[in-house]
Amino acid sequence: MSQMILEVKGLTKRFGGLMALTEVEFGVQAGVVKSVIGPNGAGKTTMFNLITGIFPPTEGSINFRGQSLHGLAPHRIASLGISRTFQTVELFGDMSVLENVMVGQHCRSRGSLLAAGLRLPSVRRTEKAITDKAMELLEFVGLAEHAGEPAASLPLGDQKVLEIARGLATEPGLICLDEPAGGLNEQETQELSRLIRAILGRGVTVLLVEHDMPLVMGISDEIVVLNFGQKIAEGTPRQIQQDPTVIAAYLGEEEDDA
Amino acid sequence: MKKISRKGLLILAAGLAAFPWLAKVVPGLGSYPEVMIYAGIYSLITMGLSVLVGFAGQISLGHAAFFGIGAYASAVGTATYNLDPWLCLILGALLSLLVALAIGVPTLKLKGHYLAMATLAFGIIVFIIFNEEVDITGGPDGLSRIPGLSLFGLKLNTTMSYFYFVWTVVLLVFWFCANLLESRIGRAFRAVHGSEVAAMAMGINISSHKVQAFVLSAVLASLAGSLYVHYINFINPSTCNLFFSVKLIIMIVMGGTHSLWGAILGAVLITFLSNVWLHAFQEWEVLIYGAVLLIIVIFLPDGLAGLPEKIKGWAGRGQPGKAS
Amino acid sequence: MEQYTLATQLVQYLIAGLTIGSIYAMVAIGFNIIYNVTEIINFAQGEFVMLGGLIMATLCHWLGVPFFLVLPLAMLAVTGIGVMLDRLAIRPVRQPTVMTLIMATIAASILLKGAAMLLWGKDPYDVAAFSGRVPIMFLGASIQPQNLWVMGILGVVVAVLTHFFGNTIVGKAMIACADNPSAARLVGINVRRMVLLSFALSAGIGALAGIVITPLSLMDYDRGAMLAVKGFGALILGGLGSFPGAVLGGLLLGGIESFGAGLVSSAYKDVFALVFLLLVLFIKPSGLLRSGAVAKMKRF
Repeated sequence: MSQMILEVKGLTKRFGGLMALTEVEFGVQAGVVKSVIGPNGAGKTTMFNLITGIFPPTEGSINFRGQSLHGLAPHRIASLGISRTFQTVELFGDMSVLENVMVGQHCRSRGSLLAAGLRLPSVRRTEKAITDKAMELLEFVGLAEHAGEPAASLPLGDQKVLEIARGLATEPGLICLDEPAGGLNEQETQELSRLIRAILGRGVTVLLVEHDMPLVMGISDEIVVLNFGQKIAEGTPRQIQQDPTVIAAYLGEEEDDA
Repeated sequence: MKKISRKGLLILAAGLAAFPWLAKVVPGLGSYPEVMIYAGIYSLITMGLSVLVGFAGQISLGHAAFFGIGAYASAVGTATYNLDPWLCLILGALLSLLVALAIGVPTLKLKGHYLAMATLAFGIIVFIIFNEEVDITGGPDGLSRIPGLSLFGLKLNTTMSYFYFVWTVVLLVFWFCANLLESRIGRAFRAVHGSEVAAMAMGINISSHKVQAFVLSAVLASLAGSLYVHYINFINPSTCNLFFSVKLIIMIVMGGTHSLWGAILGAVLITFLSNVWLHAFQEWEVLIYGAVLLIIVIFLPDGLAGLPEKIKGWAGRGQPGKAS
Repeated sequence: MEQYTLATQLVQYLIAGLTIGSIYAMVAIGFNIIYNVTEIINFAQGEFVMLGGLIMATLCHWLGVPFFLVLPLAMLAVTGIGVMLDRLAIRPVRQPTVMTLIMATIAASILLKGAAMLLWGKDPYDVAAFSGRVPIMFLGASIQPQNLWVMGILGVVVAVLTHFFGNTIVGKAMIACADNPSAARLVGINVRRMVLLSFALSAGIGALAGIVITPLSLMDYDRGAMLAVKGFGALILGGLGSFPGAVLGGLLLGGIESFGAGLVSSAYKDVFALVFLLLVLFIKPSGLLRSGAVAKMKRF
């Protein structure tokens, strides 16, 4: 068995009487792009929320680099090396583009409140390092020229990219991208596709939830298909495209969900 | 955030140094270094509240309690037990820190209305304790004959010396808070305010940061309380009643919660309002506070510190309307 | 003999607790009515109670007319103030976040308190008891007829609101707004009018609470904040949004306060209730009584 960075076993989530996820199992190999697809309400975002610890699973386990994430708070999971973006952009709107990325460096830096208030030399060094790292990431995603602008003033496409830069600033081993192409035009989507490949180049594994099928099929190494909270298929893009269960699940959706 | 202006700090320092002269020349100010002492003391609290409310996005309607803890620690320690005033000041700050931790850890899990009411209830409880523990606090009559402060053998027993002392502390605290807000911890505060879920996902321990902001603001309020009693040499419970907590909130809302400058501005304006300008309308004071707060909340949600931006907005394309 | 006195005292405390608890319950109901429609906690809710008592006192002194003729007038006046609160303080807020709305209602409460201080001064006012002050003996305890009036009025408020929300079109429309404002708008309900109505209704109930308690505990300009905090405490105990919870929470809080004051220390009577409130907030913020059965009955 090759190196699994993330292993999900028997993952179940119940909200009251509603089964959001039922016994979902899959693994993500280090250094690949794995996509999770499925019709609206299939439980994709719920799965991200479970992996990043926003709420606990009802049953099942999630292991990251062999370590169980059971009972860990979201900020601990982030420090272990799982980062994410959000389906509906969750930037810190009144902070600048640069500061948003700097926030991502929080868990990779140290310094007490007292030291920060007194602006000790160690704090200055840390701040310098954080700023440099954030600028490097802004250059990486191509937003360096907007560094000083308020994050909320960016167009939606750039906000999505900024979220990725902020996510990368936590220096993750795995980044979960929740519909990064939602609301983007064709050209922006192509740039996004290039960006995702570049992220892989930095040694970061990508777990992608996406509706844009050309993007998913073009970029993924493997795909998991969810429907009504259950895994109905898993395989390479080619296998998925030919899978009769998947086709059946998507037939009703095709019309209203492009 | 644009860098918090340190140049302004120099201008303020120069203005303060020249205040005795200014007060003689500018008619509205009269000769009120004494009022400015109170304004400085309140600024210490409002800067902490600005960090808590404006930047970390939490609310407290009970900060009069921490002011009271500092004030009574200094008063009881010096007047009753003859301890060193500086020691008492530090003990008071430590006590406030502990109380803030004890009350903050469970309280700050609450949001919005719950947090407001929990801090309000806490403030009332402490107020009642000050009133009822007559043996320690002197009850409603309070404690008097609290000694003054001296610094490096220099007695701070004149209005002018205390004025310079208090405002030096204000400038230092401003510098501290500004450094803090521009550091990773300050960014974490603002991130928690902006989006808790995103802050968590970025590895920020949100409850720890809320508590840190709360404790900082409590310690500053306690410090203010200590400085207050050593100036007027007297303390009673009504100094730290519920209305004082609300008044502190009015100060930061008026100045603009999202700005340290606004915190000082609000403290100075309200102090002058209640001690000088509204003196003629004593009975009307409460009513006027209500009206001022309401007008600010409705028309200037960013406070007076947000006014320049607002005017720019009006001059430009008109303000970007936010649909309700 | 000793036991007899203790039993009598306990009955006395219970009656006192249920009385003040009924007032907290009415304040909590007032909070709920506004909260359910707008999700605003109206920090000026206690001022309605204060105004109810003071306006009633003034009307009685001025007009000297029989009591039950003035009562609706006093309620109407406070209802008018509730309407103005919505129109002048809540609706104009341009960035309606939780924080700014809290500030707006706090501002309104300071305004009302300040105005009351100007108009009535700082002295407490009395109102004649509804049916005299000859105590009734009950299990050895002496009860003012007014105690019964307070509890009775709470009963009437509960009955009327049950009917209002359950059987009238306007009441049902208000509930629809609470459940889903945009859907309510779609079916043609004027949400703004419902918000206005919720303030009016809540002010009226607050006024009634003030009118009925004044003969027992007098009324002055400064009582609003504490009443609001206690009423909110009742609300939290019962679970925010739940009407039966508000009533139970109010009575429970009143009981704690009364027994605490009687058996432990009267100086700390407010502390008992507030510490209990804090404990509940820390341990079970969804409300002590908010479990199973009560939670399902969001309204009467």
